[in-house]
Order: sequence, then structure tokens, then C-alpha cells
Amino acid sequence: MFKIVEKRILNDSMTLMAVEAPYIAKKAKAGQFIILRVNEFGERIPLTVADYDREKGTITIIYQKVGKTTLMLDQLNVGDEILDFIGPLGKATELEGYKNVAVIGGGAGCAIAYPQAKALHSMGTKVDMIAGFRSKDIIILEDEMKAASDRLMITTDDGSNGNKGFVTDALRKNIEEGTKYDLVIAIGPLVMMRAICNLTKEYNIKTLISMNPIMIDGTGMCGGCRLTVGGKTKFACVDGPDFDGHEVDFDEAIKRSRTYADLEKEATREYNCRLMEGANNA
Amino acid sequence: MPNMSPVKTPMPEQEPNVRNKNFEEVALGYTDEMAAEEAKRCLNCKNKPCVSGCPVGVRIPEFIQRVAEGDMEGAYQIIKTTNSLPAVCGRVCPQESQCEQKCVRGIKGEPVGIGRLERYVADWHMKHGAPEEFDVKPNGHKVAVIGAGPAGLTCAGDLAAMGYSVTVYEALHTAGGVLMYGIPQFRLPKEIVQKEIDALKEKGVKIKTDMVMGKVLSVDELFEMGFEAVFIGTGAGLPNFMNIPGEGLIGTYSANEFLTRVNLMKAYLDEYDTPIIRPKNVAVVGGGNVAMDAARTAKRLGAENVYIIYRRAEEQMPARKEEIHHAKEEGIIFKLLCNPIAIHGDDDGRVKAIECVEMELGEPDASGRRRPIAKEGSNFEIPVDSVVMAIGNSPNPLIRSTTEGLEANSHGCIVVDDTTMATTREGVYAAGDAVSGAATVILAMGGGKEAARSIDKYIQSKHSK
Repeated sequence: MFKIVEKRILNDSMTLMAVEAPYIAKKAKAGQFIILRVNEFGERIPLTVADYDREKGTITIIYQKVGKTTLMLDQLNVGDEILDFIGPLGKATELEGYKNVAVIGGGAGCAIAYPQAKALHSMGTKVDMIAGFRSKDIIILEDEMKAASDRLMITTDDGSNGNKGFVTDALRKNIEEGTKYDLVIAIGPLVMMRAICNLTKEYNIKTLISMNPIMIDGTGMCGGCRLTVGGKTKFACVDGPDFDGHEVDFDEAIKRSRTYADLEKEATREYNCRLMEGANNA
Repeated sequence: MPNMSPVKTPMPEQEPNVRNKNFEEVALGYTDEMAAEEAKRCLNCKNKPCVSGCPVGVRIPEFIQRVAEGDMEGAYQIIKTTNSLPAVCGRVCPQESQCEQKCVRGIKGEPVGIGRLERYVADWHMKHGAPEEFDVKPNGHKVAVIGAGPAGLTCAGDLAAMGYSVTVYEALHTAGGVLMYGIPQFRLPKEIVQKEIDALKEKGVKIKTDMVMGKVLSVDELFEMGFEAVFIGTGAGLPNFMNIPGEGLIGTYSANEFLTRVNLMKAYLDEYDTPIIRPKNVAVVGGGNVAMDAARTAKRLGAENVYIIYRRAEEQMPARKEEIHHAKEEGIIFKLLCNPIAIHGDDDGRVKAIECVEMELGEPDASGRRRPIAKEGSNFEIPVDSVVMAIGNSPNPLIRSTTEGLEANSHGCIVVDDTTMATTREGVYAAGDAVSGAATVILAMGGGKEAARSIDKYIQSKHSK
């Protein structure tokens, strides 16, 4: 059992939790992830390590409430326990040897991009961070991202923060203004990462993306998370989750991500109904 | 008077057309009368050839004698001296190629149903046996076991019985390895595995789940923590794919994923959250026990047509005869001498057909099996909405890639001394599928047992110096 020691509502759909997991906290690195199971009937879901505190022995996760399991996780509070919490999994991002990096996060992906920016920034690398959100009221981690970068650009799809556009627009602008990036890290929805990769290909800039396929065990024993990278089958949980974005078969990954869409919708609907029932009976 | 019937006392089973719609155990086990009757078929041979066929050396005629006399607890105690998981072994061992193959009664008729009797005794004990008392003096030495599958659990159980303080580290949230995630409920009920594991815990074996060794702790750190020896029983859990077009389509699974979702995550039960596709038409590629398990599982999830696609003939199938027989009874369709070359999908990326070629058997290859050769122009398609790849597993590289001085062969199997199970690194032992590649539960247990003996010798000799 793993105790929740901090819970912070970041916006309507996103929550941060710090969880006591001393063994994992000792080893975790930027780019790695954990798998958790809320209770005995629960499924195993992967979440990126957003931060860690080796001394306190805690791991920070940030999740978006998108379906039954994340909604169920969100019912837990400080002092409650998560049944299973497993990690650190996957390979750490290789951040050594770059001078000028653009770190790009899309929505909830900012929670994953932020630790990368923080790690790079603390190594003395020049970091431009570009964060994209649908609108102003769902912006998260603004202060943290600012502290972890030399420049922070936050775009909104609807322009409600005064900076309308997509993260691709912001990246193109920086490149055209003459910023010479030797690496772009992009983390967010698959379609966003694909758009970034198409752009960076034009300029021949190395681009790392963090893939988020469906996972079960997260240790390489099932291949549920497999992707085609450079024409070869790779398991995101052990070979990744970072990959060279110019090599990834996005079309396949996007299709595979929808494997259980109907079953997921149904589970979420049922769960919400039961929550409502509970609230009405209370 | 021995029972001279040339055939085994039959064991009751669920009807094929009933059981292929549920996940309950297929074989129902002997009644007291059946067990007594079968036990009397044993001739109590002096040289006990059956025992030499058992990888963990169960004292077979002795325990069967007790069953014949009606002393079930006595029988259980005899089995337990050499076998930590009798209820499991009685169910999943390939007895026909082990103990029962050596049985004298098998020369003119069927061998004694040793597996069935072992199962009966273990089940009897679970129902009626008195709680076991352990009177083992701790010897003050600590041993770590990596992996809670059959090899690790056996090694841990044996070491605990010798007085060692044993900690087992398991990556998944449940101990048991393939017994929990791989072999289906209808062949091996999970409640039974859990009881065997609980019995080990009562013996003092500590089991820490959710610990991905190599990631969260290294072998070096285990030694720093005061463990004097480490046993590696991490199995062969890395699934192979064929690398044919279409393996990324929705509805394609490795057998490991398919079975893990169903067995470990209980996707077949509504109250569990893990989803699974419930396909109408399924192709399972492969001819081993895992392929049979996956095919029979698919049928139970409600599939109408389940095909086993295997590139050789039935005689070459590595699966147990009994499993092939059960699968056929349950309506699984066998497409033999047939090899997939591509999986085709629809516009949404979902599987819609598997394309195969017919094969014929050529000259024997290096392994002695006749090599299958594709017949040109024989391509044909089977419409399916799911494909399960059950073409074997390789050892997971996590431990060997994070442990210095641990040698592995070109297949990724850890290299050990055949008799002591010692690896190339001092104080580190290994056995089971991590060493042999995918094999059987009982061979893994035999290796775990051998390693426990060697670890004891190693630690004792270190301290007597």
C-alpha cells in the first residue's frame, strides 16, 4: 500500500499527487513512469513520474481525469492509500550533450514535459519551453515551467491568454527568428506530437517524443504497448517511452490507442452513474 | 490385492459443451473411492522407476501406499517433503513424459494416475488437513529470491525449511508467475495457487510484490542489504512476434497479453476494470500449451470460431496430448501445416483476416524435426477479428542487463552450472525458464530445489571457514 501525502487540484480536470514510495523515489529519473492500481478490482495504468523527492521518499504524479480509473483515483485524498504503485519503469530520457533545447508540452503532456525541462535546465542547458492549452483557465504548472526554462511561451487554442495558436506555431516562430535548436522534446496528444515531428523534419532537428500507448504490466512481458519505430516492433515500456519522433509510425499508434474506446466510455458512464446515485442517496 | 485394471480410473470432467462457456475447472478430481481404487493399481515396485522421472523426486509409491490405506494426511506429508506445490503439479505437470512415462503399469496398459493422485491428496489436505506446524530454527542467514514463479517459490520454500530468512521479490502485484497470469483458471484455479503461496508465507517466506528488480533494486544492492546469496527465477516472459505485416492492428495480441488480461486482471469478470476484446472469430498461432490455453480462453469469452494455426502436423505439436484433446472436444478448429504470412485490417485498423500459406514437411532440421516448407501459390485467408500470437517467449533482459558478471547465452538465457545452478557470479544462482528458456512448471521447480541445496552448501561452507 502506498500513502498519498499531497493532493493539489491543478484545474478542473487535472490533479497532482505526491505518493510515498521510497524505493522508487531513490531511483526515478526524468522520462520514467510508474504503473498503479487503485484497488483490488482495478486495472493497471501508467503515469509519468512528474517529480520525485529522494529525501522524503515521494513520487509526484499528475493525472488528467479521462475515465473510470483516473476518476476513481481522484476520489482518494491525503492519507488514503493506493494499492499498487510500481516503478520506476522505462528508460530515462537521455539529456546529456545538448546546448539548446525546445521542450514542448500539450495539455496534460506539460506534466511530463516539465520534469524534462527541469532536468535540462539544472544541467545548464538553454531551455525554451512551449506549453499549449485549449484555453486560459486550464493552464497548469505555469510557475514551475517558468522556473525550469530560459523562456516560456504559453499558447491557447482559443487565444484566451492573449497568445492564440498551437505549439507548432510557436516553435516555427522561434526557429524562423533564428533560434538554433539541437533537440526538440515534444510530449502531448499523438496528433500534436505528429504535427511537431512533421515540422522539425523540415528543419532536420532531432526530436524526442514520449509515447503513451496502452500498457498492462509495463515490464516487457506482454507487448500490449508495442509500436513500430523505424520499421521495427518496439515495446514502449522497456525500449521507451522516448523515441525518435521521425521514426515512429503515428498512424498505427493513433489507431491502436482507440482499441478499447467503446469499453472505456461505457465503464466511465457506469462509474459516473454510480457516483451520482451515491451522491443522491447521501 | 492390487487393482489389475489396464486403464486409469477415469476422472470426472465437465461436459465439453458446458465447460467451453465457463471458466470453472475442467477436470473435477477424484472422489475418495476413485482415489482408493486408482492407488491400488500401484505395484509398489522396489526400484521405483517413477521417482526417477519426477524432477523434484516425489516419493511416489510411498505416498500412493498411504492413499490406498486411507491415510491421506500421511500421504500429504510424504509429498510435501519434496514438493512445495503439489496441488499445482498434480494439475499441470506433463506426467505422460515424466513420472507416468516410467511407470511399470504403463508397459501393458495405462500407467498409474500419479498426477491425479497427487492432486487428490493436495486437495484433500486443503479441505481437511490440520494447519501445519513449523518448527524450524532460524539459522541467521538471509537469501533473496527474484521472481515468485514456480522456480522462485520452490527455492524459497526449501530454504525457509532449512532455517533461512528468505525474501522473494516479485514485479507484478501478485505472486505466482505463470501460475497466476499464464495458465487459465479452467486448468488451474487461482484460489489453489493462492493457498499454496499462503502456505509458504506461513513457513516464514516474505513476499514483496510490486518490486521490479533491476529497476527498483539491483543484485548488487541486495548484497549490500545483507543478503548472502541471490536466486534468479525471472522466467521467460518476453513474447515473440512473427514480424509479419499487420501485427500492429487492433485485435492482435501476444498470448501473454491475452492471458494476462484474462487470468491476472480477470477481464472476463464484469466487476474488474481491465477490458478485453471479445472476438467472434479468432486465430491462435502456435502449437504449444500456451496456444491451447489461449484458444480455449477465447472460446470461453464467447468466440464462435477459434482456429489453431500451426505450421507443422499434429504429431509435432509441443502441447500436451490431453490439452489438444480437450481443445478439440471444446470445438477448437485445427488448421495444421499452415503458416500465417500477413494479417489484414479494415480502415479503422482492426483485424479482419489472416492470410496463410499451406506447408509441407521436408527433411529433418538441426533439431531433428521435419522442416516445414511453404507450398507456393497456396495462399488463403481466414476471416477473423482477432489474432493471438503464441509462438514462444524469451527471457526478460532486465536482470542480466543490470547485473555485472552475469553471463548469458545468445538466446538471453542465464548460463549456470548444470548441477549446482551457480551462475558466473559468486553467490548468485538461477534456474527455471530464465536458464532453460520456456519449459515446464515442474522443471522450474526441480531447478529451484537444486539451487536451494547449492545455496545452503555455499553459505554453510563460507561460514565454516
